[in-house]
Amino acid sequence: MIGRRGLAGLTSVAAALLLWFVLTTLTGLVLPGRFPAPAEFWQSLVQIATRGYAGAPLLAHAVQSLKLVLLGFAVAVATGVPLGLWMGWSRRAEAAINPVFLLIRPIPPLAWIPLAILWLGLGDAAKIMVIWFAAFVPSVINAFAGVRAIDRPMIEAARMLGTPRWRLVREVIAPAASPMIFTGLRLSLQASWTTLVAAELVGALLGIGFVLNVAQQDIYPGMILVGMVTVGLLGWATTWLLAMAEQRALAWNMAARD
Amino acid sequence: MRDTPLSFAERIGWGALGLAVLLGSWTLLTASGLVPRPFLPTPLDVLGRMIELTNAPFAGATLPQHLASSFERYAYGVLLAALIGVPLGLLMGWFRWLDDVVTPLFDGLRFIAPIAWVPFAALWFGTGMGGPVLIIFAGAFPPCLINAYRGARFVEPRLIEAARMLGTGNLRTILEILLPAATPSIVAGLRVAAGLGWQSLVGAELIVAAAGVGFMMVQAQANVATPTVMAGMVAIGIVGMLIDIALRQGEAWLRRRRGLEA
Repeated sequence: MIGRRGLAGLTSVAAALLLWFVLTTLTGLVLPGRFPAPAEFWQSLVQIATRGYAGAPLLAHAVQSLKLVLLGFAVAVATGVPLGLWMGWSRRAEAAINPVFLLIRPIPPLAWIPLAILWLGLGDAAKIMVIWFAAFVPSVINAFAGVRAIDRPMIEAARMLGTPRWRLVREVIAPAASPMIFTGLRLSLQASWTTLVAAELVGALLGIGFVLNVAQQDIYPGMILVGMVTVGLLGWATTWLLAMAEQRALAWNMAARD
Repeated sequence: MRDTPLSFAERIGWGALGLAVLLGSWTLLTASGLVPRPFLPTPLDVLGRMIELTNAPFAGATLPQHLASSFERYAYGVLLAALIGVPLGLLMGWFRWLDDVVTPLFDGLRFIAPIAWVPFAALWFGTGMGGPVLIIFAGAFPPCLINAYRGARFVEPRLIEAARMLGTGNLRTILEILLPAATPSIVAGLRVAAGLGWQSLVGAELIVAAAGVGFMMVQAQANVATPTVMAGMVAIGIVGMLIDIALRQGEAWLRRRRGLEA
């Protein structure tokens, strides 16, 4: 069933697409050198999907970008979440690590791109490093806040029952902090995409950002739009996957929320 | 959590230890020759380079001049985002049909990273002022819109009902009820927008610009001038921090004033 909202949404998207067609193809109010007409968009899509553009077909570019985002995101989460949990758990760890954070955090992740290229070149390693930097911070902060928000009596009760430390972490701390941790993961994923696209625009040999870069130099609006749409779709798909994972992992909590 | 809160001296002690480990290992890595110096300059090299850059031009301008042109673009982009995003958010919070029309389009566009607008920004507005401003706008716009919208949607219904009963018109309701009630949410959104805008500025300048700190860093990278790259990073970090501090102060001032008024 499509509700009133869904219907309004469909109408609105359809109207926007119609407006696009009217402005470009029908009336030519928007010059083709500025923004592609639907037909040009389609031709560009067919070209990159079959013959390839910027050295490879669309699928290869998309797989490359997806691979880097997932790798960088995984490294950031694997290091950031434990660090955040530890900082939440130990006041000493918090006191020691927080100032370092305060020093490094104001530097936007994108500002690391030139340094990453200097250190690691134009290959995958530089991109993974920058994504790691970008996605690390939200993972740490939210895991930390998640631990700090746990009711003390819950931990004390577990302690009183003589729960060993690793079980306490695995069975009490981590689950109780997991809603916040997932919030952090969502922000991390978003940051990963932004950073990857920027890094690939600055310098790469494969990937969606590279497609955008070449299309910009070729002044090829149709292909620019194809690149942007692909970035949007990939971002949407990974966000959706993460939401699914969250729903599965937090099924116990969802019931309580309703 | 595990232990009672630390005393002030303990906090300072542990904090100093953390910083010492960071700066110490950085300095040691380079000073010992383990990592070649052109690759990783010492913290002092970076500081020295920053001071040098205040009057020795690199990539056509000194560091303060680059910062000034960056900041100008940044101010235009964020201002534009606030001037369009906040009113649109408020209107969407009030007129249901506008919400229905804009939200699906907005949700679709939101998945495109702001930085992906770079090619069109360059194509439409060039690399001087307009191109970077569009990208900063793309980064700063969503939090302006979302927070104004949420602030307006979650206004105490009784206030709106009272106004309606007294026959207040749409415009006056928006200006005199929704806007004041949504202000805390809007200000929080502006702070997020300021941060994201600064981040987008750096990205924009790395790719399409002929001046600014980001441009300076890319030039330095091409010349393998690591100290200059790192000096740029530090400068960007400091300005970003100052912007955040200024906005926090503004937020606190606003809260105090509203507290007095109430």
